[in-house]
Amino acid sequence: MNLPFLTPLETEALVLSLRVSIWAVLASLPLGVGVAWVLARLRFPGKLFVDGLIHLPLVLPPVVTGYLLLVALGRRGVIGGWLHDVLGVSFAFDWKGAAVAAAVVSFPLMVRAVRLSIEGVDRGLEAAARTLGAGPFRVFFTVTLPLILPGIFTGAILAFARSLGEFGATITFVSNIPGQTQTLPLALYNLTQVPGGEAAAFRLCVVSVVVAMAALIASDVVAKRVERRMRG
Amino acid sequence: MIEIDVKKQQGDFTVDAAFSTEATGVTALFGISGAGKTSVINMVAGLSRPDSGRITIKGRTVFDSKKGIDLPPEKRGFGYVFQDGRIFPHRSVRSNLTYGMELVPKHRRSVGFEEVIELLGIGDLLSRRVTNLSAGEKQRVAIGRALLTSPSLLLMDEPLASLDAARKAEVLPFIQRLSHKLSIPILYVSHSLDEVLNLARTLVLLDSGRVVSAGPVEEIANQPRFADFKNGHESGAVLVTVVDHHDADEGLTYLRLDGKRLKVPLYDAAPGTRLRVHINSRDVALALHAPTGTSVQNILPAVVERILEHEGAMVDVRLDMGTPITARITRKARRDLALFPGQQVLVMIKSVAVSRGAIPKSELAADS
Repeated sequence: MNLPFLTPLETEALVLSLRVSIWAVLASLPLGVGVAWVLARLRFPGKLFVDGLIHLPLVLPPVVTGYLLLVALGRRGVIGGWLHDVLGVSFAFDWKGAAVAAAVVSFPLMVRAVRLSIEGVDRGLEAAARTLGAGPFRVFFTVTLPLILPGIFTGAILAFARSLGEFGATITFVSNIPGQTQTLPLALYNLTQVPGGEAAAFRLCVVSVVVAMAALIASDVVAKRVERRMRG
Repeated sequence: MIEIDVKKQQGDFTVDAAFSTEATGVTALFGISGAGKTSVINMVAGLSRPDSGRITIKGRTVFDSKKGIDLPPEKRGFGYVFQDGRIFPHRSVRSNLTYGMELVPKHRRSVGFEEVIELLGIGDLLSRRVTNLSAGEKQRVAIGRALLTSPSLLLMDEPLASLDAARKAEVLPFIQRLSHKLSIPILYVSHSLDEVLNLARTLVLLDSGRVVSAGPVEEIANQPRFADFKNGHESGAVLVTVVDHHDADEGLTYLRLDGKRLKVPLYDAAPGTRLRVHINSRDVALALHAPTGTSVQNILPAVVERILEHEGAMVDVRLDMGTPITARITRKARRDLALFPGQQVLVMIKSVAVSRGAIPKSELAADS
């Protein structure tokens, strides 16, 4: 792929970054909504612990998260070994691993946003739907889900932005391989480590800013549209 | 028959309510705020679970703690109109209305879409966004949405309480019409005497989570204890009358009441129609002899039954004029007239409020 104004290396890093971030968000979204619903609605023993566990990547140094992922999902890791031997799936040292790292690190942001909007849903509307003949699942998909769409959207954008900027967990878990795991921040970091790389690093810096701004503006436009639709 | 017997402990509050009523017309659950009315209706709907008890509607048991029956709300087939409407904000008026209807198999739909639209006068609202509806329109849509599920019982929890007086007057006639036109029994929660007298055939008095009494409105509303439910303010008599004839020149309608005549301002109802009237005890004065030169038009003979003392300057005199009636007079007036039980007096009725037009034929047998 050739993009105007960009060198092949820059294009590669940009496309990889977008692919990793989009997959990280899309793959974790259903789980994020489910977890947010459980935390918002259910009371069960050990809820505080589960809540803490999900929020851990938010407060842990990303390097620690990356290391834990390596231990767990690496080819010789506890889960990773099984995944590789039985299912033939491997996350180590390719873009899928980078997406997993981004998803884990951005997961708490997504859950928080969705949970907040679920807590804001008028449960009276759900009760009304039940009396109209809808079972719990139908109520979720026809009442709850449409009402929390703005929250889901906000959560997805937050997670997407966090994934774009992900550095520490990615480099620890899947290393810094051009074309495989070298996203924009990693490529930029690389350039700052070689003599004479300042100009190229600055170009990547501009690319990062443009992508981030575009994401912010796009989310704002869509959020307003969603809100207008809800308000009528 | 509607048979309800539910017990539930909610913190310090205990609901222990049992009553049964005919499965026709409007049954009003009446009591002050906090009497447990909404708790009872939520248990009937299946939105909250009684600790023990039994709920049977027209022979179909939806809850029975002994037999382990507890149908979820969506399987009960009851419509529920909430105080706050609860219209889905993300759907149009039309798709709000059809939400429940589409979940009912076609062959089990007994209430037609067009019929409901016409009954509630919401045809013009169909394509509107919910957010552009007034409070009264929202409540009508909520009623329509519940009706379109062809429910075997319609639950209404103070459907008019969130509306101002003008909107109330807009929605009340619709509820009146649907209780006449559709053969769906209605369980109606209210703390407004006015609404209850307008709509209900059967009255269930609820206090501190318990049923104090239950029966036909005319019977319950004339019990002395009923006064307590109105905070002493609106005490009065509730009577069933029949339209005798109209005098258009004078602008009067003559009502028959147990062989006697009552004159009220012209009321649009055909002769023979049964009307429920409410006579406030403050609008009843007493006289020992036929007064001359009075503006009061309705003067009828009656016998003093008993005298109820209140705190303050007023006493309630309960009288029998074929039907019971109460006069609220001052302590001094009572002394001056030297009233005693068994005494013959004349009641002078200053005003009569028609609270329910045209009691439907289906209720005639029970009322007479």
